[in-house]
Amino acid sequence: MSDQNLYERYHRQIILPEFGEEGQQKLLKAKVLVIGAGGLGCPALQYLAAAGVGIIGIVDDDVVALNNLHRQILYSVNDLGLSKAKRAAHILQQVNPEIKIIAYNERLATQNALSLIREFDVIFDGTDNFSTRYMINDACVLLNKPLVYGAISQFEGQVSVFKNGNEHDVNYRDIFPDPPREGEVLNCAEAGVIGVLPGIIGTMMANETIKLITGIGEPLINQLFTYNALNNQVYQLNLSARKETRLLIPKGEQAFLQTDYVWLCSSPVNQAEVDPAAFNKMIANGNVDVIDVRELHETPGVNEFEHIRIPLAQLSDNISMVKSDNVIAFCQSGKRSLQAAKILSGIFGDSKKIYSLRGGIVEWKKQKQTV
Amino acid sequence: MLSCNYFMSVKVILFGKLADIAGRSVSVDNVSDTDSLVDSLNKRYPGLATTKYVIAVDKQVIKENTVLNKKSMVALLPPFSGG
Repeated sequence: MSDQNLYERYHRQIILPEFGEEGQQKLLKAKVLVIGAGGLGCPALQYLAAAGVGIIGIVDDDVVALNNLHRQILYSVNDLGLSKAKRAAHILQQVNPEIKIIAYNERLATQNALSLIREFDVIFDGTDNFSTRYMINDACVLLNKPLVYGAISQFEGQVSVFKNGNEHDVNYRDIFPDPPREGEVLNCAEAGVIGVLPGIIGTMMANETIKLITGIGEPLINQLFTYNALNNQVYQLNLSARKETRLLIPKGEQAFLQTDYVWLCSSPVNQAEVDPAAFNKMIANGNVDVIDVRELHETPGVNEFEHIRIPLAQLSDNISMVKSDNVIAFCQSGKRSLQAAKILSGIFGDSKKIYSLRGGIVEWKKQKQTV
Repeated sequence: MLSCNYFMSVKVILFGKLADIAGRSVSVDNVSDTDSLVDSLNKRYPGLATTKYVIAVDKQVIKENTVLNKKSMVALLPPFSGG
């Protein structure tokens, strides 16, 4: 495109003093990956393409359905049954032929997530399920990629920006450490959503994306913005990074590939805790690895039953030590072992049964004395 | 000595599905920290006990038990998955 055309197309934003030609150049050089071309993705894609983001990737394996059209405003009845990623790319290319738009008509999974995300500067989470959201969060933390997050339910929406520059930056797991289990939260199909809401939230996310790229204003870093479309109330929360969160995120690519995010979000709640009596019975039955996840210097020591010692922080690096079909983690009070159970569940999925000793070794020793 | 917090009433605002269970805003009496507040809410609204949410006190997300005063503003927010 000639410089004159470029100036003409983006003139109204270039004349903003904060934005200027510099802001436009930054957008034209930027690469944004929009995951999910649905309610949040559609309006955001329109604005990002129109604003001149140089390369836009669109990941979605879904096809357009009639019940999408009340909120997924890129599509028409002519698109029913067609790939959302391909249709969105085609329509947006007509809006702005000067930018590059890549359609990925595939589902984001652990196998393709890292290689896709690595290619882009900013990641936009417009997905509609927890397993993909947690996977995107973890991948962006691992790869230090800024993530623009937004989610909706019925009449309410949330927006945040996770910078992921270093370990002091907040990520989604600092708000909600573990995925909800089946039945704890309703999805859009079950709960419903007013059509204009993803328009508002998705557009806010596009705005945050543009702010991040151009460096203008104050993106919602370390903040969670919430909006209620019924009463127009907004509520903005301050977030802080927690050391414990890091333990829940796979340590490296190998651990990430081994994590079963779908399973993490679908298994029933609280199946993992056992009391001291059940614990003793399981040890007697055999085919079980017992892991002490306390630090090596912690007391009381345990010599009453066979076990291995892997402190919680080193757990995901040492999973090769876990061999039996059943695994019980224990610690001092039962808190860290519950975390350990979640980490192990994420790695082994359905292939092993994972438990945590309720009340920890302190409670176990107490009960042993009273018998 | 009677603690000055004893008759304290704390205002809680609820978001998303939590508001369907307990209403958009509730007052909880006689609580001094977030643990006792959650206990009290769970007794009044058993549906809350099985629902996932994060607690914010004075617009700061907290993860540990936190002392409340009569001016504390507590918010309970569930995760949303929709997109």
